[in-house]
Amino acid sequence: MGTQKSGTPGRGDGRRVDPPDVPGGAPASLLEPAAVGDLLRILREQGYRTIGPTLQDEAIVYDEIEGLGDLPAGLTDRQQPGEYRIEERSDDALFGYNLGPRSWKQYFFPPSLRLFAARRAGRGFEIEPPDADPPALALIGIRPCEIAGLDVQARVFTGGGHVDPWFAAARERAFLVAVQCAQAAATCFCGSMSTGPRAERGFDLALTELLDEGEHRFLVEPGSARGREVLAVLHPTPAGPAERARAEAATRRAESQLSRSVDGEGLPELLEAALEHPRWAEVAERCLSCANCTMVCPTCFCHTVEEVNDLSGERTERWRRWDSCFSGEHAYIHGGDLRPSTRGRYRQWLTHKFGTWHAQFGSSGCVGCGRCIAWCPVGIDVTEELAALRVGSDRAETAETEEAT
Amino acid sequence: MHTEAAERLVPTPYVVRDAWQETHNVVSLELAPEGDGVLEPCAPGQFNMLWAFGAGEAPISASSVGASGSAVLHTIRQAGNVTRALCAAAPGDVIGLRGPFGRGWPLERARGRDVIVMAGGIGLAPLRPVLEHLETFRDDFGRVTLLYGTRSPEDILFRGELENWRGRFDFDVQVTVDTAVRGWASNVGAVTELLPRAVFEPERSMALLCGPEIMMRFCIQALRGRGVPPEWIHLSMERNMKCAVGLCGHCQWGADFVCKDGPVFPLDRIEGRLSVRER
Repeated sequence: MGTQKSGTPGRGDGRRVDPPDVPGGAPASLLEPAAVGDLLRILREQGYRTIGPTLQDEAIVYDEIEGLGDLPAGLTDRQQPGEYRIEERSDDALFGYNLGPRSWKQYFFPPSLRLFAARRAGRGFEIEPPDADPPALALIGIRPCEIAGLDVQARVFTGGGHVDPWFAAARERAFLVAVQCAQAAATCFCGSMSTGPRAERGFDLALTELLDEGEHRFLVEPGSARGREVLAVLHPTPAGPAERARAEAATRRAESQLSRSVDGEGLPELLEAALEHPRWAEVAERCLSCANCTMVCPTCFCHTVEEVNDLSGERTERWRRWDSCFSGEHAYIHGGDLRPSTRGRYRQWLTHKFGTWHAQFGSSGCVGCGRCIAWCPVGIDVTEELAALRVGSDRAETAETEEAT
Repeated sequence: MHTEAAERLVPTPYVVRDAWQETHNVVSLELAPEGDGVLEPCAPGQFNMLWAFGAGEAPISASSVGASGSAVLHTIRQAGNVTRALCAAAPGDVIGLRGPFGRGWPLERARGRDVIVMAGGIGLAPLRPVLEHLETFRDDFGRVTLLYGTRSPEDILFRGELENWRGRFDFDVQVTVDTAVRGWASNVGAVTELLPRAVFEPERSMALLCGPEIMMRFCIQALRGRGVPPEWIHLSMERNMKCAVGLCGHCQWGADFVCKDGPVFPLDRIEGRLSVRER
């Protein structure tokens, strides 16, 4: 590891200093909205870069925020397949929306990352000292499905054979302030993926925004020792059974609004058996192979490397950049593209995300955030595609059984 | 972030100790670590990522792993910018190397069995360490057959080695070409056409294949036809690779990452997907 500014939070000997404990028994407490501003200030004083939702280009996206005023208060998002709109709310909710196009993966798996630089030396080369470590980030407003997405990517980047140093360091240092969902967008399907709308673990602090009956407060649950320490500085008031009940009601409201779902039962096997299903050709008629779904997906991890040379040819850099299985060069080997059709590419994406991901990383690659549905320019809905593949496959199985009998 | 993991992604300088033209478009490079660097042993069938400064990296299987104990041999066919730059390396030049990566040929499992090696074109290069191993530990194996096909006589790789192996009474070596030229007085046709002549006991054989996928599919048909069980047929697969450590996603093939779960696979693991187009 390179040289560090002293006092950078979350540093340790490679392990989490304070592993998150089970929050079930931790007492919840209450904060006024202004205290969220204090929380940001305290975290910044501790050396964290505070990242949170902010309005940019008519979308709520994650970026650096400095204070309460940067949050998109009083706004919400309306989402449908191929549609995302910002609308005003009737209240001053600070977190009264669901998800924008940017996931948190950009901070753990940056869209562009320099792997190394090298300079010609004699007939060979010398590698230049590596780049600095990732900054310590405080993620303000991470949603339950996004915590799950971060966990999925952690299994990809740090759970297998190779440990990605940037991801591991960024994840170890990150302070997570979750916001429990009190509403669901029409594109959400976290319920069926068991990733939301409420997070029970994986955060340092979890907020539930209580907005009923003219009240505006936050119920706060600590999820780690670090979280408890930070919370103590804010001097919260204890939450009573009434506030707890209203937080639970907020979760139930979000649950009741979930209108989409994926039937995960036997899905990897079903997809493996459905590789020649006519639905692939049908969806390929609509799919533009634009890669939007993979860019907004919080778990998609494909990347390429590029050599960037200076004009003299004396110095070169290798950059890692996000790539997509929908891109023309993804499956290119000498002589041609092994996956040239949109049918083949869409099938690769979907069968990987919901099928082979299980064998590779022990879970589904999907967390049900619905971004791929909202940000698909033609509104392709994965839940609908999976349902169609299931129906057809059931038919095929039935037909086989009938023939056999 | 100077960690061991990061180093897996950063090339190490290797000196080109020797370089020679194998055919009109294939070059072999003998590589040794620069300075007092230590050579990481490369098992037969494993590959390294070779880096030409300013051009990029390409995954190349080792074509000899024990040449001198201190060097590894790579045999490279010019196919694009990177391989062209690598093929232009001269003795004394330094190139970058990351590796070795992947799972190689299961030679330990082959002990006591008849071994059938079927190669097409540049596919002979990843199999050459197998043949060298068979030569060194000849008594550990049953009958040894090498069936090799190329486009034309001028594309035949490793002529010296082939002649050496063919000169032995305990190696059956057959070569065929797709297109004959004047002076070629040997086999013409697909490599599978050589199989009926080969003598081996299918039930106690191990077949090792490397070449174009279409060629390997026909080889599999022929070998299955002779009764070789799928778990005793192994293939070296090729896919786009950027990282070689199972992260970049390019080489995914079903649930496998060819870079780390392969490149050598037993047929019983992959048979279902081998015939699926665009998988």
